[in-house]
Amino acid sequence: MKKSILMVLLAGLAFSAANAGEYDISVDRVQIDTGDFNKEGIGYNGASPGPILRFKEGEQVTINVTNNLDEMTSIHWHGLILPFEQDGVPGISFPGIKPGETFTYQFPIVQAGTYWFHSHSGFQEPNGAYGAIVIEPEGREPFRYDREYVVQLTDKHPHSGDRIMRNLKMSADYYNRQQQTVGDFFAESGEKGFMATLKDRMMWGDMRMMKADIEDVQGFTGLINGKGPEQNWTGTFEEGDRIRLRFINSSAMTYFDIRIPGLEMTVVQADGNNVQPVNVDEFRIGVAETYDVIVHIKDKEAYTIFAESMGRSGFARGTLAPEKGMTAEVPELREAPLLTMADMAGHMEHGGMDHGNMNHDDMAGMDHSDMGGNAEMDHSAMGHGSMGQGEGETLPEDPFYAKGSGLMPTASNGGKFLSYADLKAQNPLYEDREPTREIELRLTGNMERYEWSINGTKYEDADPIVLQYGERVRFKFVNETMMTHPMHLHGMWSILDVGEGKWNPLKHVISVAPATTVYMETEVDAPGEWAFHCHLSYHAASGMFRKIVVEGGPDSAVAEGKQSEHQGDES
Amino acid sequence: MNHLAVSMCGLSLAVAALANPAVAQEDPAKKTQTAKTFWGVSAEKFEYRYSDSDEELAVVEGDAYYGTDELKFRWLFEGEWEEAHNAWETLENQFVAQTPVDDFWDAKAGVRIDTPEGPDRVYGVLGLTGLAPYWFEVDTNLYVSDEGDASVDFEAEYELLVTNFWIMSASFESLVAFSEDREIGVGKGLNSTEVGLRLSYDLIDRSFAPYLGVVHERKYGDTADLARDSGGSTEDWFAVVGARLSF
Repeated sequence: MKKSILMVLLAGLAFSAANAGEYDISVDRVQIDTGDFNKEGIGYNGASPGPILRFKEGEQVTINVTNNLDEMTSIHWHGLILPFEQDGVPGISFPGIKPGETFTYQFPIVQAGTYWFHSHSGFQEPNGAYGAIVIEPEGREPFRYDREYVVQLTDKHPHSGDRIMRNLKMSADYYNRQQQTVGDFFAESGEKGFMATLKDRMMWGDMRMMKADIEDVQGFTGLINGKGPEQNWTGTFEEGDRIRLRFINSSAMTYFDIRIPGLEMTVVQADGNNVQPVNVDEFRIGVAETYDVIVHIKDKEAYTIFAESMGRSGFARGTLAPEKGMTAEVPELREAPLLTMADMAGHMEHGGMDHGNMNHDDMAGMDHSDMGGNAEMDHSAMGHGSMGQGEGETLPEDPFYAKGSGLMPTASNGGKFLSYADLKAQNPLYEDREPTREIELRLTGNMERYEWSINGTKYEDADPIVLQYGERVRFKFVNETMMTHPMHLHGMWSILDVGEGKWNPLKHVISVAPATTVYMETEVDAPGEWAFHCHLSYHAASGMFRKIVVEGGPDSAVAEGKQSEHQGDES
Repeated sequence: MNHLAVSMCGLSLAVAALANPAVAQEDPAKKTQTAKTFWGVSAEKFEYRYSDSDEELAVVEGDAYYGTDELKFRWLFEGEWEEAHNAWETLENQFVAQTPVDDFWDAKAGVRIDTPEGPDRVYGVLGLTGLAPYWFEVDTNLYVSDEGDASVDFEAEYELLVTNFWIMSASFESLVAFSEDREIGVGKGLNSTEVGLRLSYDLIDRSFAPYLGVVHERKYGDTADLARDSGGSTEDWFAVVGARLSF
């Protein structure tokens, strides 16, 4: 046993003599000041967010993680392809890191791009235990830039993660302060008529569902690189610079719609992988996703980075400016969206109907007026006063949202909003081939009880998903809930099916909107045991989680060799 | 002894519900990656009542729970302290096990121990609590006392959001007894109703929400006669001031 460890170490040394890096991270109790409130939390090297880890593709990294807490901890390297023992999920990859103990992670870096790391223990991540990873590629990148910034977002809440979980269990709408009120009822009656509004409320009430159920946890302050809106994180530039912004959404629960008024953004990477460049005015970043964009600033003005939460209950703000202290206008939050019957469709088709005795005629009637309402709302949001009523059909459709969904995003300036459908791989990592089988995963839950599950079964009651090494599995996600779920598979790439065959992009998080079906394929090329879960912290902890077991294949030492093949493919 | 059998039966059902999922517990991550047990303490009513007949009452209705999605243990407390007599007019402690029976409904089973001023009673409890369509919170229980008397209570509450912080809540409570228990002033048939309207403001999250309100209590039939005989009132209007608490 000892001998083999020695061999591995020696081999590692020989391989990495020229290209090895050692990093030390301490896990500490820290104070987090958002500008709105001060809160004790957990951080790395004495701060939250932790340091930006800068690796090189091909590097053999050694990371010593010292736990200075009085509880167990762990670090998961989100999006990194590595041997499963290094993946940092307590109970799956390793037992975790005890208080006072130092755990040494060792793995080769076989990819490039923007990633992040966070604790996978309890609610340490929402409490502040996260940081960024930037990996410099071996070869040239297909785009150029003069400077770069990590823009790491989070939704810092004044309550601790444990408290939030407990409150949600006590009352699922504990944090929802966007519920429809008596005032809304009368305002809507004025527009659509009393009976129609009453009927609408009865419909939703009959199902005990809320249109305003978009963000479970409101009351947060959006942070950029640890700075609240008032503290205004600022990245400086020189006139004419191309700036690469590495957006990382490290939120516990919050999707952000990001724009930089006055600047067009060119999306060049999604989840660390190069994509064919897309110019956009705005994009939505799911929880745990990353997007790299390049902006070209030709003047000496300041520009606001404005990240509104998807449900418009909060925002993060930063600035790009020629010098610190300069600011630009901060836009107002747009009106909060409401879910529509379209977002409910998944829930109703599968069992939801059993509980309410709803009749279908009513349904059709409601459906209609509801979508009308939604279209109107989109109009006002876009500021297109000239767009007449009944032109709802001409609104841009995004195949990754249910038709008529209240969550369908639009750019605030009426321009281009990034869709998953726009993402095409720059340089496919895998050969395109037929999947060997399909696995259907229904995303399920009980909103009222705040229980979340897959195929109706919570993690604690579920068997692992068993995959065979070497197969290519097609996952079919069917979202039967009214929430959006960012599904994260550890250890292997998620190839998002956007209908582009070999150009389908590689991701590590696949966001699945309410009442939609989304497919991803995975080349099962990493032996061992992996986590797979919704990346909304309180959904994962409530049961929307699975262990994935990859059977067969080489042992992990050989797997490292396999991964360096990939590295060859990429360059 | 009837009530004991009933509640024990309910409890063992609930315990079986908890034991079932534990079958495939070999994966240690099921412990490290899930939040399993929860607790909460709240008081739906924590108030002072002033009646139109100059009666003053301090009223507390609250509960504390500990448990999982599948099984919760809940202690429910209800007390009415009468200022004039310096005595507990009502003092109830319920200890129940609670388990889901549907997406929106939980069944409860346990015991209720009443120790107010005057004779004590112990009851077996079987109950149903949950959310009815159109957002009515409903709680209903069947009680069988150690004297062999059975009764049913029914409570419903509706919260109207004036804004997202100003909440008007309407509540209705009633008690029906299947047999008479003169000692504690319970007549056969509909005993009493209580209707309340409270306007609250969520001052600190949902932890502390002070309110003002009005409550109407009425006794009926034999129960009203029993109340009259002992010199009590059969109908009262109260102005109430208090707070909803939740921790």
